[in-house]
Amino acid sequence: MFRYRFVIGESMADSSRADGAAKRLISALVAGALAAPGVAWAFPEWNFQPPVTTIADQIIGLHDFIFWICVVIFIGVFGVMFYSLFKHRRSVGHQAAQFHENTLVEIIWTVIPFLILLFMAYPATKTILAMHDTTAPDMTVKITGYQWKWNYDYVQDGFGFYSTLSTPHEQIVNQSPKGEHYLLEVDNPLVVPVGAKVRVLITAGDVVHAWWVPAFGVKQDAIPGFVRDAWFRADKAGIYRGQCAELCGKEHGFMPIVVEVKSKDDYAKWLGDQKQKMTAAADDPSKVWDLKDLVAHGGEVFAANCAACHQANGKGVPPAFPPLDGSKVVTGPKSDQIALVLAGKNAMPSWKALSDRDLASVITYTRNSWGNHTGDAIQPAEVKEARK
Amino acid sequence: MSSVPHDHVADDHAHDDHGHGHPYGMMRWITTTNHKDIGTLYLWFSFIMFIVGGCMAFTIRAELFRPGLQIVDPEFFNSMTTLHGLIMIFGAIMPAAVGFANWMIPLMIGAPDMAFARMNNWSFWLLPPAASLLILSLFVPGGAAAGGWTLYPPLSVQAGMGMDLTIFAIHIMGASSIMGSINIITTILNLRAPGMTLMKMPMFCWTWLITAYLLIAVMPVLAGAVTMLLTDRHFGTSFFNAAGGGDPVLFQHVFWFFGHPEVYILILPAFGIISQILPTYSRKPLFGYASMVYATSGIAILSFIVWAHHMFTTGLPTAGILFFMYATMLIAVPTGVKVFNWLATMWKGSITLETPMLFAIGFLFLFTLGGFTGLILAITPVDVQFQDTYYVVAHFHYVMVAGSLFAFFGGTYYWIPKWTGTMYDEKIGKIHFWASFIFFNVTFFPMHFLGLAGMPRRIPDYAQQFADWNMVASVGAFGFGLSQLIFLYAVLKCIRHDGAKAPAKPWDGADTLEWTVPSPAPYHTFETPPVVR
Repeated sequence: MFRYRFVIGESMADSSRADGAAKRLISALVAGALAAPGVAWAFPEWNFQPPVTTIADQIIGLHDFIFWICVVIFIGVFGVMFYSLFKHRRSVGHQAAQFHENTLVEIIWTVIPFLILLFMAYPATKTILAMHDTTAPDMTVKITGYQWKWNYDYVQDGFGFYSTLSTPHEQIVNQSPKGEHYLLEVDNPLVVPVGAKVRVLITAGDVVHAWWVPAFGVKQDAIPGFVRDAWFRADKAGIYRGQCAELCGKEHGFMPIVVEVKSKDDYAKWLGDQKQKMTAAADDPSKVWDLKDLVAHGGEVFAANCAACHQANGKGVPPAFPPLDGSKVVTGPKSDQIALVLAGKNAMPSWKALSDRDLASVITYTRNSWGNHTGDAIQPAEVKEARK
Repeated sequence: MSSVPHDHVADDHAHDDHGHGHPYGMMRWITTTNHKDIGTLYLWFSFIMFIVGGCMAFTIRAELFRPGLQIVDPEFFNSMTTLHGLIMIFGAIMPAAVGFANWMIPLMIGAPDMAFARMNNWSFWLLPPAASLLILSLFVPGGAAAGGWTLYPPLSVQAGMGMDLTIFAIHIMGASSIMGSINIITTILNLRAPGMTLMKMPMFCWTWLITAYLLIAVMPVLAGAVTMLLTDRHFGTSFFNAAGGGDPVLFQHVFWFFGHPEVYILILPAFGIISQILPTYSRKPLFGYASMVYATSGIAILSFIVWAHHMFTTGLPTAGILFFMYATMLIAVPTGVKVFNWLATMWKGSITLETPMLFAIGFLFLFTLGGFTGLILAITPVDVQFQDTYYVVAHFHYVMVAGSLFAFFGGTYYWIPKWTGTMYDEKIGKIHFWASFIFFNVTFFPMHFLGLAGMPRRIPDYAQQFADWNMVASVGAFGFGLSQLIFLYAVLKCIRHDGAKAPAKPWDGADTLEWTVPSPAPYHTFETPPVVR
């Protein structure tokens, strides 16, 4: 079976790519014209990402198998058509025959395609059965899609975190050069050990998203209110990148997925670090923070969680995403605002997954930013109280 | 197919006068019940919507010309992809097909007009208000619908009032389509000329008959889906809200139960036009007429049991996935039969390459390519990689643009001598074909590569490895859009009678009834039915 492979992986993507696009394109076309099937392509723009799971590998094999069958049929069928176009022209003096029926050929060209389809269906069925076998996993991660970030919850180890786009805004609006992994980089990647069968439970908190890592051959819609599962076993350590694959609103193009596959030892070390961090992060709930600290931390929480809808300037995108600047809720009684943030409203999800300190800080931030000057310093203890 | 006595043609000359019996100016078009006038209205409406939808495509391709956000913001970008889809499907392709049906079906079966002439007027005049609602929605607070033409909840439940206008527009367009279909079915079943049995009808009438049944079956389903969406949005129901006991995926099932037959609604009339053009310029009868009818019916029936192939990544049960994969693959069989029959029609013909024939061959070549990518997409594991990527975008533009649209261009050149009484300019027609053919491929062929490399659809900005092909696609899109001005020029030239006068039958290989009436076709034709032997 033919198989294209790229010889150069991610390191190929240099930061000056966009500027040299035209030049690169010409060389790509030349390379494409010269390369025969089966020869390694030099450009990752042409074909599948290199697979790192058995399933992804099978998918590429299946694709190539069917692709080449189609190519052969296509050439055969249109060979006949072009022959006819050249030989059966009036301009070369061809007289039209008047036949218009033949039951035998109709049967032949019904039955033969059917047999070819059977030939394709068999390997496809085998792969589908393998893809759906989520039994006996080595570990389980719960993935929740939100507008517009992912949450990874290591259910067996009792910790979790959000994963958001880390490409700076200046790069997106063309005010600074784009980095190597433009739009495909996050603050906290999903980390898994190499060679382990990872079962992912996928759901969403607001609208439908889709979790997709091409190199794993996994794409699963994240459906609010329902949990779906999928699995992968990465054979090679490395960093693998994908994107949300179901339109989920304004920032759909800006919620990438990054998975870091670590060696068994590195993973164990990472897991230890994470657990330690979780303990350290469990703040003393009765500590009283001053306004300045709360606003400073709240600004970070706001930028990571709230700014996508309510905007960095607090003006929102009415009517779906109301402004906070001058909002009646934000400048009104603080207990109402705490309750709203915990419960969610309309398009806004519940934020109770954030820590007491994060919530206290971000609420304080909104009450003391832009045109809002309430002077209130919300304490984590108040949020904790409101959760009851 | 049908052989026709020519003695009635003389009678029709008595009515060659356009001047009597109907109002002039605007009122002629508003009050008309004439199938030819209404056909013309449909075709012009469709062309205007094609330009509007095309401008939206321009916006999309301009934003995607290079990485980064430069022209529009992401929310507006999403509105553009959404409205581009809705307008091209419901505003351009479907009305164009109905326009051809209105003009040609009565002429092809020897009927004096459509069965329900007044309803015909109403079917058309519902469309401009519906289209206005869609376009107006761009200017309401919160902007137009931005959840994709598929309107998946809960995203579409979040949206502003633009979504309500869209839902209302879909209801109106659905009503228009259902009335048009009832009209076409009744006309074909009741108004055929004596002697024209169903199995003697031109293939275009057959494909439209089947299309009309599909429309009646599925447009109410779409209306139901968007009505549930409306009540979820405003009246506290929870059809698609898990918190209230509903299921967001239910919408997808209902939508695609409409949506898959819908894609055949868009392509079957095109199949019919191709089946008229190929025999004419091959000077040979359509090969396998009966098996073409059966294959078309087979495609229509299968189209009801394949909808979940649009949902392979939603997490269907394994048995469900296998069923929908097998059923989808099966569609390749009747589609293959059609392609083989078309080739056999050309085989050993006496072929000439006028513009309609070029478009038909372009259709055959590119539609088949789109059919093959459809087969690849039917294979569930492969679809899991391609779902919601540019590979899918490439696939459906190959079957919708190079399929339906090319067939409609071909049909226009084929019948415009009959419509206007003036031959189109062959040279301009050929330039239009080659420009469209080349720019189409420059636009959409690279999208296969983008999909393979992993670019999701409906994103306003992309990673850098997708930059090169996006730039190529954008260049192609602008070329393709501008090429359509050539088409407009060619059509206007005929309307202004700038060209050779068309005889009643300009194509020596044509044998259907419309070529027995003078060109341009008189305002009233076949008041005395012709006799078909």
